[in-house]
Amino acid sequence: MTKAQLFITCLGDQFYTSTLKSMTRILEDLGVELMFPPEQTCCGQPLFNNGFEDKTKGVALNFLKAFSKSDAPIVAPSGSCVSMIKHHYAELFPEGISEHDLAIDIASRTFEFTEYLVNVLKVTDVGAVYPHKVTYHATCHYLREMGLKTEAKTLLNSVKGLEFVSLKEEETCCGFGGAFIVTFPEVSRSMMENKVNDILACGADTVVMCEPGCLMNVAGGLHKAGSKVRAMHIIDLLASK
Amino acid sequence: MNETSPYIGFEEYSEHVPTSIPLAVQQATGRFVSGRAARVAELPQWEELRQIGSDIRQHTIENMDGYLTHLEAAVLSAGGHVHWAESGEDARQIVLQIAKENKVKSVVKSKSMATEEIHLNRALEAAGIESLETDLGEYIIQLAGTGPSHIIVPAVHLTKEEIAVLFSKHLGIDAPNDPIELARIARETLREKFLSAEMGISGGNFLIAETGTLVMVTNEGNGRMCTTMPDIHVAVVGIDKVIPDWDSLTVFLKLLARSATGQKLSTYTQFITGPRHAEGEGGPKEFHLVLLDNGRSKILKDPVGRDVLKCIRCGACANVCPVYKNVGGFAYGSFISGPIGAILSPQMLGTQAARELPFASTLCGACADVCPVKIPIPTILRHLRRRVSQGDEFSKPTLSTSIRVTASLASFALAQNWLYRFGTRVLPTFMSIFKRGNWISNAPYPLSRWTKARPLPSFTASFRNWWKKEKDSTK
Ligand code: SF4
Repeated sequence: MTKAQLFITCLGDQFYTSTLKSMTRILEDLGVELMFPPEQTCCGQPLFNNGFEDKTKGVALNFLKAFSKSDAPIVAPSGSCVSMIKHHYAELFPEGISEHDLAIDIASRTFEFTEYLVNVLKVTDVGAVYPHKVTYHATCHYLREMGLKTEAKTLLNSVKGLEFVSLKEEETCCGFGGAFIVTFPEVSRSMMENKVNDILACGADTVVMCEPGCLMNVAGGLHKAGSKVRAMHIIDLLASK
Repeated sequence: MNETSPYIGFEEYSEHVPTSIPLAVQQATGRFVSGRAARVAELPQWEELRQIGSDIRQHTIENMDGYLTHLEAAVLSAGGHVHWAESGEDARQIVLQIAKENKVKSVVKSKSMATEEIHLNRALEAAGIESLETDLGEYIIQLAGTGPSHIIVPAVHLTKEEIAVLFSKHLGIDAPNDPIELARIARETLREKFLSAEMGISGGNFLIAETGTLVMVTNEGNGRMCTTMPDIHVAVVGIDKVIPDWDSLTVFLKLLARSATGQKLSTYTQFITGPRHAEGEGGPKEFHLVLLDNGRSKILKDPVGRDVLKCIRCGACANVCPVYKNVGGFAYGSFISGPIGAILSPQMLGTQAARELPFASTLCGACADVCPVKIPIPTILRHLRRRVSQGDEFSKPTLSTSIRVTASLASFALAQNWLYRFGTRVLPTFMSIFKRGNWISNAPYPLSRWTKARPLPSFTASFRNWWKKEKDSTK
């Protein structure tokens, strides 16, 4: 039986309980036996990206310990956290020490959710039904650091009843940027408002993305604009029947 | 230089960006972005070309000394003069000295980032020498009394209406809102000056070490006049502009105009090898090359940060940068703005004055995707954030102690998972005080900085419990 470990990410943990339940259900319905290491916390990216490399080590170690008890792949609902693990963990520990090798091993078996479905399980249709006009925001790290250009759209393509609407500047950042959103609130606001205006202009009633942080930003922006457009994680859409 | 550079308050500036700036900037950069995309689509070998360009620049900055020595010899043998300027002040003094020796009263200038970097106009004016910018954009910002807000379109932040007002005020005329008319007015005003100026000052896009040739890539023709009409031509160029040979130049000419303006080639590409050699030939009597270091050698010592010196100043990174497009160039507080400014200024001015700049990015990576010489801008931003936050062999940390303490606490809580899990249990209860429906609109500091622009979803944090119950009951 296929096994996988869930990494729910700290933002998922705090804000997206129902998305995580949907993620569990989708994977279990596909026959994946899931494990959830309760010692997991955060990937450490907020510290790493703000220049605190030395303070990231302990957080990364906690992650490596939590997930090395099993050799099953690790799946997370965030391209950004997965990129942190895949692209930066090894550089935190010098070559030659065991943590470095462990980081490389863990990196090689950590996957973003849509990547895991499409490229590992080779599943492009999860039997979802969602009769709505849907647009897609390509989040930055998912798109550029992970290079995931087609996976989300491939999955959306096989959702029954879904009408895809393209978004102007689909690949432009929404203004989240981790700590950026509170460090430069006014710049973040303008970027978010540009994104929200493009979403409103495209005529979709739903916008999906593959990133909890960006989702919090865009969903909040739509709510503030008084819009009825639903912002959701792609997992929630794929769980619709 | 480092200690005295004034603090660059990006965040403070971003709190009150004039609304006209993002509009003007987005309009202009939008044109460049689509132009670039069209040119790139025509060249199937574009990615290969970028790689070659990147490799040549990498090789050059790693062997800078050798190429500069070569360049100097070649310029001298072509009859030019070479001056080495370690600092901006040195460069200004060198130019003033040349002007003094030749009794120069007026100077015409073509667009140059290096002279913006060293604030040459101010120094010339202080010495009683009239200095006139002849590139239309530079002429406009000279009238406005500001620096450039974009690498290749210095006045990108101004609308045609604002430019007309400037012209009317400074030229004592009633200038119309029509760009063509405004250009004509500028051209007429400038023409006289070209004829009377004793000295022309330019920058340079490339310096070919092989033959000592200065390459200038322009669109307005004023550069040609500045460098040929006056008797003396002084070029102030950063040492990073050196390239090995003419073969490499062909690569950069293909990359530069396409990346910058979406042109295949810019209107004028000028090659200047020394002064005129005989009476009757075109060109100035004297050619001076001022090679500007101004911190570049120091940057070269940092194996990560030095990649910034590969830059060919095309501006493409700014054109695609969502941060730049929403704040404009002045937020970056220096002659160079956008992503390239965010990685250059902290290295040039120090991470005390420019400590906010490496953070003024969402690390979205759009810049690195378009950079024609593949500078890993997000990697350098992270590298400089590290310098600011924890310090490195080049600088002490410059972040406030309170933020560093907060980071230590966060690090501790995230590494000790029992503490994190405890937090996850109490946070939703604590935050529920601020909840209205599913949203929190007025969170306490520091999350208030989040909720001032958009609400925060409420903390649910019940997956762990659900999992426990679900899995325990199915066992
Ligand atoms: S960093 Fe790259 S994209 Fe930006 S100006 Fe320099 S060469 Fe152009």
